[in-house]
This record gives sequence, structure tokens and C-alpha cells, in this order.
Amino acid sequence: MNIATLLNAMPGAIAQGLIWGIMAIGLYITYKVLDFSDLTVDGTMATGGAVCIMLMLQGVNVWVALLCAVLAGMLAGLVTGVFHTGMGIPPILSGILTQLSLYSVNLWIMGFRANQGINVTKYPLIVSARNVRNLSLNNPILMTVAVIALLVGVLYWFFGTELGCSLRATGANERMSRAQGINTKKSKILGLMIANGIVALSSAMFAQYQGSVDVNMGRGAIVIGLASIIISDVVFGRLFNNFALKLVAVVLGAVIYYMVIQVVLWMGLNTNLLKLLSAMVVAVFLAIPYWKENLRKGGNGHA
Amino acid sequence: MLDLINLRKTFNPRTVNEKVALDGVNLHLDDGDFVAIIGGNGAGKSTTLNAIAGVWPVDEGKIVLDGTDISKLSEHKRAGMLGRVFQDPMMGTAATMQIEENLALAARRGDRRTLRQGITRAEREMYREKLSMLGLGLEDRMTAKVGLLSGGQRQALTLLMATLKRPRLLLLDEHTAALDPRTAEKVMNISRQIIEENHLMTLMVTHNMRAAIAYGNRLVMMHAGKVILDISGEEKKRLTVENLMEQFAKASGETFTNDRALLS
Repeated sequence: MNIATLLNAMPGAIAQGLIWGIMAIGLYITYKVLDFSDLTVDGTMATGGAVCIMLMLQGVNVWVALLCAVLAGMLAGLVTGVFHTGMGIPPILSGILTQLSLYSVNLWIMGFRANQGINVTKYPLIVSARNVRNLSLNNPILMTVAVIALLVGVLYWFFGTELGCSLRATGANERMSRAQGINTKKSKILGLMIANGIVALSSAMFAQYQGSVDVNMGRGAIVIGLASIIISDVVFGRLFNNFALKLVAVVLGAVIYYMVIQVVLWMGLNTNLLKLLSAMVVAVFLAIPYWKENLRKGGNGHA
Repeated sequence: MLDLINLRKTFNPRTVNEKVALDGVNLHLDDGDFVAIIGGNGAGKSTTLNAIAGVWPVDEGKIVLDGTDISKLSEHKRAGMLGRVFQDPMMGTAATMQIEENLALAARRGDRRTLRQGITRAEREMYREKLSMLGLGLEDRMTAKVGLLSGGQRQALTLLMATLKRPRLLLLDEHTAALDPRTAEKVMNISRQIIEENHLMTLMVTHNMRAAIAYGNRLVMMHAGKVILDISGEEKKRLTVENLMEQFAKASGETFTNDRALLS
């Protein structure tokens, strides 16, 4: 175990954490703000990349391709929203149905191939892993931080508007929201669209970063997102009360997650066991508030 | 003006759990009427309020508020005309949002939610003033999360939210039932003050006979999904608990068996 190997891998872990942190912000909006466990993200996390890469391979401008990726993600959110509010399907199942459909849709977008590559020397990618150790302006960490800053700013503004407040109210107390004249179905659909648009943005950036898109790229994205949110809660929960800072904390949570993963891999864990490890860690952290509550009440563990 | 015309609602129809909750409810309210609705468990009191609020559609009948038939409108559309306070103090407010944010949500009841600021400086001043009238010290805690407030404080806040934008009809659904007696009385007094000052048409469901007699200009008693008594004017003022129970027995052919109503 050579410490230099680990240090050498850290810039990559940070860049990856930042990009997946954007995904975690999307998840934060559904999971924390709307109180909706949205499994669509596992599909959207590949859709964004697929749309972006395929459009760029056709010669479309990178920013236009990113925008289209976001719109595709929003469309996926719309579908989940309609499954739930228009067809009465429970939240988790709505997400699963969209996620499964997206598997086919993603393959379709990618010309029925499981992966597609894009060459950084031939295309003007905004982020690339190749430059992650460069001390120059094309370092992907810089671009990603800029995108995050812009995104957090826009979301901070939005959730302070009348419309944004109505979304927060819907997540906080649905019945009260309806009594205050809020169309809670519309709120949920809009929230899902915004969240999945953000996830698709993250996906599009990550596909550029690694120079390829894979149909399985988003598998387990929801767990990584939850892990980031939980880590941010544990580490920064008492520190940050402001909404913008909370979003920043979620991104930092993702960065910490990827740094820890890097350390675990460096210590010799088989890569194939990573998802098992992530899921177990998330399960334990999700259980902590429940255990605490039981301990406080002196209960015997029955819900 | 409010007219409930022959409202009918059956829950779980054609199952073993079938329950006729509203069996032809007819009721007319004039502007400024403050009506206390009383009755035993399952009489249809809260169901009537939920029917007006549009929690679910009624099977039959019409709800006409100030000349508009609202019985086909969705819940959030009717909300613009209604102010509501629920029995559960947790129900009427968003616990994870600030006091002033809750008020700002209520101030926009019935309006389209736009991309304008969710709360303005001028509003904050207005809220501070209104909160200080409650006499609970909430005006100094405007950015506190509502989840930190006591049940009584939350009900008082919900009441303020329900009336911040003048409702054409105020619906109070046993809004003091979950509070301790002293707090309940305080919230009742705040309710009366707001209703009288704003001359609000109000329907108040209560289990408490004394409260039903003490508050409002009319008393309506429900039984088995119907209105069986409607007392107003001088007769209402002279009403006593014993007298009311006698009238109930006569109208329903049963004795009034509700410990909660008798003991409270």
C-alpha cells in the first residue's frame, strides 16, 4: 500500500464526487424537500449521458447537448409524476416503472448499443478525466464547481419564490398544502421534473468526464445519492441551516463518499463488492434515527 | 351565504364496511352566521366539513357558496374561498417551515403561485402585527420552525393562517379537542375574537356541549348523517346542557350517549 498511489487518485475521486454531487442535489429535492423516494434516478443517470454523447457525436454544440440532456431528464421526471399523480401508482413503484422503461429508452438513444465512447481530443468536452491533475483552466474540478455554484444559486432563488415555497409545503404537509390552495399533484410533478433534470445534467457531465456512456451507468445512483445526503447530514447537519449551504453540504457528502471509496479500494477491496458495501453503509445510517427513537421511547423495536 | 342541499355520502359502498356518513344533509347559513355543530361519534359532523372542503366528492347533492356551486371543484380550488382548522394541531401547519413562511403560504391561498418572492418585507411587518394580537409571543419567533411550537400555539397559528386572507367560510373541525382545557379555552377565545371582528361565516364542529352553547349564534345537532336540530336566536341564548339533551332525545328517539360530550 503506497500512499502516493492514493494521493495520486484523489483528484479523480474529488472530481467524480463533485459531478455525482450534482446528482445528489437532484435526489435531495425529491427525497428531502418533496418527501418522495424517486427511483427514476437510476435510469435518468444514464439518460442524460446518452442524450448528450449521442448528440455531440452528431456534431451538436456541447452546451446545446447538455440542455437537451436536462430536458430528457425532466421528461423522465414528468413520466414518473404522471404515473403517481395521474394513475395513482405509489411513489416507489412509479419510479421503478420509469427506471425500467428508461433502460430500453437509453439503449434506443444509444443506437441499441450498451455503450458509446467519445474522444476528448476530437470533441470540445467541458469536463474530462484526462485533465483532472492539470493545474490549468481545463481542469474538470473547476468547471464542475462553477456549474454547482450556478445550480445552487438558481435553486436557492427558486425555493424562495411562491412556487418554490409551494413545493416545499407539499413535501412538508400535503393536506395542509391543499387546504392552502396548493395543487399538490402539480407540485410533485414539477419537483420530479426539476430533480431529474438535475440528475440528467450530472449524467451528461459524468459521461463527458469518463469519455463514454454506459447503459448501466446509473445503477445504484439512488444509493450513492442517499449516502451523500446522509454523510452531509452527519458531518454538516448542525453546521449548515441555510438551504444553499445544505445543498453544498450534499455535494461535499458525495465528495467524501468517493474519497472513502478510493481509500477502501486502495486498501484492497474487490471492486465488485463496492455496491454491497455502499448499500450496507446506507442501510445502517438510515436505521440510526429509528434506533435512536426506539431507545428514547424504551420501545422494543416494533414500528 | 352557504347552502348545503341534500348532501349524501356513503363510504365503502357495497362492502361489509359500508357506512352511510351523510344521509341528506340540508343546511342554510346567512352571512355572519357562526354555527356550532354538535353530535355523537359518527353523526356526520366532520364528514360535512370535509364534504364542503372537497376532500372527496359527494355522491349526491349540492354545495352552494355565495351563489357558486362548488361541489364539483377540486379541494385546492375551493381552498381560495375557505379557511380551515383541523382537530390535529400537526395537520394545519408545515412543521419544517418557519412561522412566517407558513403565514406567507396562507396569505396566497387561492392565488396562482408565481416566481415572485415567496415572502416580502412588507408582509413580515403585517405578520408581526397579527401575531402579536394572539398574545402568545410568536411575533418574536417568526423565523422559528413551526415544529417547535406547542399544540395550542400551532392551533392559534393555523387559525390566523385560515383567516389571514378573509375566507368566505371558516371551517373549524374540533379544533380545540386535542388541547388541554386551559389552552382550549384560550384558542376558543381567539377564535371568537377573529370571527366577530371579521364578521366571518363559520361552521364549528365540537364535541363539547358547553362550548356549543357558549359560542356562536346558532347550534345545529346532527345524528346519523342528518341535521336533527337547529336552534338560534333567543332560544339558543337560553339553552342549557340538560335542555339540549332532552331535545336530542326527542328529535332522535335515543338518549345522548357520548361521555366526552357530557364530561367536558
